[in-house]
Amino acid sequence: MRITQGTFSFLPELTDAEITKQIQYALDNDWPCSVEFTDDPHPRNVYWEMWGLPMFDLADAAGVLAEVNACRKAKPEHYIRVNAYNASYGKQTVALSYIVQRPTDEPGFRLERQEWHDRTIRYTLHPYAADAPVGRRYNGQQ
Amino acid sequence: MTASNQLPGGEPSVRVGFGMSRSGPDQAGSAAAEEADNAPETLGPDAEVDLAKERAETGIDEVFTSLDADLVGLAPVKNRIREIAALLLVDRARAQFGLSTSRPNLHMSFTGSPGTGKTTVAMRMADLLHRLGYLRRGHLVSVTRDDLVGQYVGHTAPKTKEVLKRAMGGLLFIDEAYYLYRADNERDYGQESIEILLQVMENQREDLVVILAGYKDRMDSFFVSNPGMGSRIAHHIDFPDYTLDELEDIGELMVRAEGYSFTPEAQETFRKYLQRRKEQPRFANARSVRNAIERARLRHASRLMEADRPVGKETLTTLAEEDLLASRVFADQD
Repeated sequence: MRITQGTFSFLPELTDAEITKQIQYALDNDWPCSVEFTDDPHPRNVYWEMWGLPMFDLADAAGVLAEVNACRKAKPEHYIRVNAYNASYGKQTVALSYIVQRPTDEPGFRLERQEWHDRTIRYTLHPYAADAPVGRRYNGQQ
Repeated sequence: MTASNQLPGGEPSVRVGFGMSRSGPDQAGSAAAEEADNAPETLGPDAEVDLAKERAETGIDEVFTSLDADLVGLAPVKNRIREIAALLLVDRARAQFGLSTSRPNLHMSFTGSPGTGKTTVAMRMADLLHRLGYLRRGHLVSVTRDDLVGQYVGHTAPKTKEVLKRAMGGLLFIDEAYYLYRADNERDYGQESIEILLQVMENQREDLVVILAGYKDRMDSFFVSNPGMGSRIAHHIDFPDYTLDELEDIGELMVRAEGYSFTPEAQETFRKYLQRRKEQPRFANARSVRNAIERARLRHASRLMEADRPVGKETLTTLAEEDLLASRVFADQD
């Protein structure tokens, strides 16, 4: 099941040229970019691991793309996303966030039903991949 | 789009993942079409390119004009910059004929005494290369050893990489670059920084241009002890010391820029001042001229205050002989 999170996730995967343009758009708006990765893509898991620190004072997309590629190399079977942060007063939030890599195989989520009192049923989502320990989730890759 | 699309096994991947989802002929077709849109069409063998027109379009003449107007002397430097600009223009024209031109190596080293305009020229260089299309952004990131080299193990690499990331698309100016290498301490972290720099200078030539600056003799020994660095730098530009006439012109320019002028006697004294100052130790060319003028302005101001008379525009903008004569340079006179 293809996970759709963040901007552009219903589009075909972005090519590196397209990613470069998106990063450049963020930098032109004075939004510093950061790279994050995770192997727990549950929609409620907003805290992904940071790949290095957020990158401030950049003028050109090449620097961010280099970090994206470094992260891809180190984490070939993880989800990786680029965040652009709008620091201006009154915003101070992530302005743009999109996935730039996903694992080869995405097994998806299992729907769990929990019987509760008075015949109530509680539902929750459980990623199949999360049954394996961290770091061995997708194709057993680190 | 290339290396990252390969699975670690090295086989061309078929995974439905990044950069791969459009695999197959479809993607190849659209990529090629996109390329064709961006690239200007190749000219036939009989076509001609108007270099003068090309030149006007890039707007590099403005850079040269301001270079000539703002920077006194430095004839060899200006010539060298013109040569580089000509080469880059011709390369562009060659590219229009589809002649393969690998991107020229643009890393430079600026050597010269203090105050000879190395930083100023570097700024113009960034502008020039941006106009010629060899730098995407054309900003200047000026750093010294402190910005590149860390203080403990594992600190240097992230620090250097961060600076390099900031400089991407522009020009990285490393002032007093010879401090990066300390011959007396082989465990110095500077060496690590140099290695990262070398790697980026070699592999990401289209992303940034590096200029190393410093005193001539110390830069020479730096290149001797780091042959890899010397060979990756195509342009070694030496900034000559200013002559007395040039220093006088520089002073004139600075005074005018500040909205002052010299009386004829002061002009004469200023020349004498420069003559004496030049012989003294720690003479820093244009920087010393600037400092001398700053001090003359101080004395001018306190003279006016002490006189305690109403002042007109004329008095406020004229530096007199006595403002210069009070300098310690004249102290040991006769």
